[in-house]
Amino acid sequence: MSPSQTLLEKLWKAHTVLQRDDGTALLWVDRHLVHEGSHHAFAKLAARNQKVSEPGLTFAVVDHYAPTRAGTLDPDISRMIRTLGDNARAHGIQLFDLKDPEQGIVHVIGPELGLTLPGVQVNCGDSHTSTHGAFGALAFGVGATEVAHILATQTVWQTRPRTMRITVEGTLGEGVTAKDMALHWIAKLGADGARGHAIEYAGSAVRNLSMQGRMTLCNLSIEGGARLGLVAPDEVTFAYLEGRRYAPKGDNWTRAVEDWAQLNSDPDAAFDREEHLDAKDIAPTVTWGTSPEEALPITGKVPDPNQYDASKRAAMRASLEYMDLTPETPLTSIPVDQIFIGSCTNGRIEDLRMAAKVLAGRRVRVPGLVSPGSARIKRQAEEEGLARIFTEAGLEWVAAGCSMCVGMNGDRVDAGKRCASSTNRNFKGRQGRGSRTHLMSPAMAAAAAVTGHLTDVRPLLEGRL
Amino acid sequence: MSGWKIINGEAAGLPTENVDTDQLIPARFMSTPRSEGYGRYLLHDVRQDSPDHVLNRTSPKVLVTRRNFGSGSSREAAVYALVDFGIRAVFAPSFGDIFSGNAVNNGLLPARLPEDVVEDLLAELGTGTADAHVDLMAGTARIAGRDIEFDLNPVWRKKLSNGWDDIDLTSQHSNAISTFRADRMARFGWANPTT
Repeated sequence: MSPSQTLLEKLWKAHTVLQRDDGTALLWVDRHLVHEGSHHAFAKLAARNQKVSEPGLTFAVVDHYAPTRAGTLDPDISRMIRTLGDNARAHGIQLFDLKDPEQGIVHVIGPELGLTLPGVQVNCGDSHTSTHGAFGALAFGVGATEVAHILATQTVWQTRPRTMRITVEGTLGEGVTAKDMALHWIAKLGADGARGHAIEYAGSAVRNLSMQGRMTLCNLSIEGGARLGLVAPDEVTFAYLEGRRYAPKGDNWTRAVEDWAQLNSDPDAAFDREEHLDAKDIAPTVTWGTSPEEALPITGKVPDPNQYDASKRAAMRASLEYMDLTPETPLTSIPVDQIFIGSCTNGRIEDLRMAAKVLAGRRVRVPGLVSPGSARIKRQAEEEGLARIFTEAGLEWVAAGCSMCVGMNGDRVDAGKRCASSTNRNFKGRQGRGSRTHLMSPAMAAAAAVTGHLTDVRPLLEGRL
Repeated sequence: MSGWKIINGEAAGLPTENVDTDQLIPARFMSTPRSEGYGRYLLHDVRQDSPDHVLNRTSPKVLVTRRNFGSGSSREAAVYALVDFGIRAVFAPSFGDIFSGNAVNNGLLPARLPEDVVEDLLAELGTGTADAHVDLMAGTARIAGRDIEFDLNPVWRKKLSNGWDDIDLTSQHSNAISTFRADRMARFGWANPTT
């Protein structure tokens, strides 16, 4: 019998084409997802006069620069979108462009189309590629040089990350989501807390998450410094995937499910690191600073640097200054100027349903944007009546894309403005130069819209779940 | 890309933690073709907001900074901005994983140092610069008169010193890749995307 292995080790082995003496492995890539930002990599390929080696395993989508409103495009943005289309056509790559009914954020449409499957390796020139690990896929973001390498060879050189398991046992409270679970562990372990590791999420609280919740959790792995996130596939995974456009069909499906059922960590497999969390300790969580690790339960107060270790104080003060916050202010007293619901972290149908539960029959006090993660989700939300709830509440319902998470398409937060955002990064200037971001779940962002300040969503959800 | 083994130049300190890639290069500059140069975008907003910023006054080849440098997005443009500015090595207690890989692919050394060593160096450098000498193969450096040793993954050392292009290296393994591909397609037909 072979020695016990973790899920990561099984996946790694299955994709290793060859292993060098120095420990680096050449890994086979099953799915290579590209977007407008891949222009550097295509330029590298062109400079070498090289073709894409596996166009059938490469998929292109317009997301980072996708306009979310009708109107004339900025010339720079339209050039970026055109360049991706030109590259996709030149290399015979399937393109989901702006008009395609399957267009959306790359990490949303991969799973929706059944391109993301347990046991496959997914790479993309985007750090949130960790999202796809929710299916038990080996999925990690790479830089432009590696994107070019994958385009040319369908392989990538990597050193295997160390293994880490985060086990969350128990039941999440009402109004507490996968987003809160992620911000909770990142606040505890730090934004580089999982550096060099691949995280496998386990425990009853993780098992009980839907695929959408698991994707949110794996998506945010990178914000805690991890190379990738994983959840072992199970019936929830298979039920999500069955019948999707690119998912296996017929006998292939049966064989796939048999193979996928083996994709888990052996019971006695040893991890390099283990962390245990209790679901009942997790409250709706918001960030107060400029790193995802600067997060607290909504019931807390803005921290006072003087009460922290000297080594932390300078960074905390810099964050407070940028965020224009005073120590000891209750988090629920912080007014917001606007809200944003969307992104690869929290732009899925369940996220929109939760936000709509909060907003139904209410009016917002501050403006906000809701951008679904994909055109498919947009249609679904319109059919379910969610879009109407958003617009009747006073929010703007726009098209799918990365939108205000990264501001590349022009959806930005103005300097000095404070945004309650369902996204993944509260970095300085992330949503626009001088913007101030508070990260939270979509339901919490909806609650902030209703009251005009950071708000514990739980009372607003009473009787609505 | 050409390899290197020695750096001689100046070092500057950046006493900030979590310098993420959005700060290193704000997203709005990323549609620029590389040939136009990215150096002017390095820490663009931070530098514009503080005219006295050390990088507005000096042209160091070496940066010393706090933990979790280059965290966040996988944008290789963050590395282009550093490299095009003239930076060849960054010393910090920790780096974003994707950033480190991108750095090495572009000839930029991401060298880890213990936190106390970094703090000593930052204190020494203050808001100015000092002479720096980095010996890649020996894993040693002399910054502001202090001799230090740094950890470096041997694979990275080799890549930085050779300046190898991975695509050329990998092409030597094209038979192994074809064999792997055929075997995978045969054994795991479901992994092939079909509609």
